[in-house]
Amino acid sequence: MSEIRVVIPAHLKTLAHVSGEVRLEVEDPVTTERVLDALEARHPVLVGTIRHPETKVRRPFVRFFACEEDLSHDPTDRPLPEAVARGREPFFIVGAIAGG
Amino acid sequence: MSGVRVLVGTSKGAFVMTADGARRDWRIDGPFFEGWEVYHVKGSPVDPNRIYASQSTSWFGQIVQRSNDGGKSWDTVSNQFSYDGVPGTHQWYDGTPHPWEFARVWHFEPSLSDPDAVLAGVEDAALFSSSDAGASWSELSGLRNGGTGSRWQPGAGGMAVHTIIEDPTNPDRLYVAISAAGVFRSDDGGTTWQPKNRGLASGEIPDEDAEVGHCVHRIALHPSAPETLYMQKHWDVMRSDDAGESWREVSGDLPTDFGFAIDVHAHEPETVYVLPITSDSVHYVPEGRLRVYRSRTGGGEWEPLDRGLPQEHCYVNVLRDAMAIDRLDECGVYFGTTGGQVFASPDGGDTWNTIAANLPRVLSVEVQTLA
Repeated sequence: MSEIRVVIPAHLKTLAHVSGEVRLEVEDPVTTERVLDALEARHPVLVGTIRHPETKVRRPFVRFFACEEDLSHDPTDRPLPEAVARGREPFFIVGAIAGG
Repeated sequence: MSGVRVLVGTSKGAFVMTADGARRDWRIDGPFFEGWEVYHVKGSPVDPNRIYASQSTSWFGQIVQRSNDGGKSWDTVSNQFSYDGVPGTHQWYDGTPHPWEFARVWHFEPSLSDPDAVLAGVEDAALFSSSDAGASWSELSGLRNGGTGSRWQPGAGGMAVHTIIEDPTNPDRLYVAISAAGVFRSDDGGTTWQPKNRGLASGEIPDEDAEVGHCVHRIALHPSAPETLYMQKHWDVMRSDDAGESWREVSGDLPTDFGFAIDVHAHEPETVYVLPITSDSVHYVPEGRLRVYRSRTGGGEWEPLDRGLPQEHCYVNVLRDAMAIDRLDECGVYFGTTGGQVFASPDGGDTWNTIAANLPRVLSVEVQTLA
């Protein structure tokens, strides 16, 4: 088990009644799928807000960043960078820029 | 003392506005669900403290909020709207089959008899039911699978069940309206549905009197005359006196018969309100003047109501779910605009007061009449 640091968008912080980073215990190997599973288990109100509740496909205007890389298009079962898995760097869930 | 509670959904949150029976001095609470689109907020007629709100964004999808204390506090309930079985397809903009995909809840219709029962009209067009106050949802799939669903097509605003009416004299009879499919009626509590669009003529579709495909913007019914329905179609104000079996036009002397909102007076079944909009290509009120039109003859003859409303340089729209009627002895009328204004008339439309002038774009207005 590793303690993962997750940063979620402001709207989802409000929904989940959290402030700052969310810290989650995630089983190794740490993957995007496992982080999201743990996040939704801790905060069921977030089910459906980041990925489709049944297909688990990422919502189009949500992005996953870590270690200055865009991981949004990576397979969700691919291990995340070691710095994320060891809790040195956060995993960012980001709402896409709206423009306008 | 009697009073009212006005529930306003906007593009950036919800507001709850309360007043006593005079409806002159207002308290405004909110915004609730800041930054989210709130398509609709509606209270149970059985338990006014029970209110449902549809909260969504394109980023994070659908959230359903429920209040059990008249809108003071809110809790999330289920946001899982799964189409029944293999959803199949409807027509896409280019005429190809397109899978049904849930986008958002446009409208909640709490039951007239059970505070835990509520219907939800969603995009892509479907009807969902909850018997546990929103803790779970199941589709009434006979609407989509009744034979014409594969031919339904979205308009520019999407394809949604936006109007749901329960016949107050017959709980087995339900009506829904869908843009751009038309009106459908169920006589068995929502299990099976039939299109009820005979008499509609829509120049926007290839066969103007087709069985389905009409862009019905809104329908309304008076409880004491449940066989009579009023409709604001894309163009045309329509009326049915046989529960939707046939429709006739009652646009009469309106300055334009394009519009979105329509509603019926609380105590006079032949008094109807519409808010004419310039045209389908110019979505604001004619001549820069905000005017509600009232007919006391069930349509045909209309009078403008403008006392207290802006009469110059006003270029706003009033969306389909953004007009409401209270049930106090002197009937109140309410509406909200895309310019963020909410207006109230405590005297059936004769005079108007501004409740709020600078809200975000108003998507919906409902009113609860409180004992």
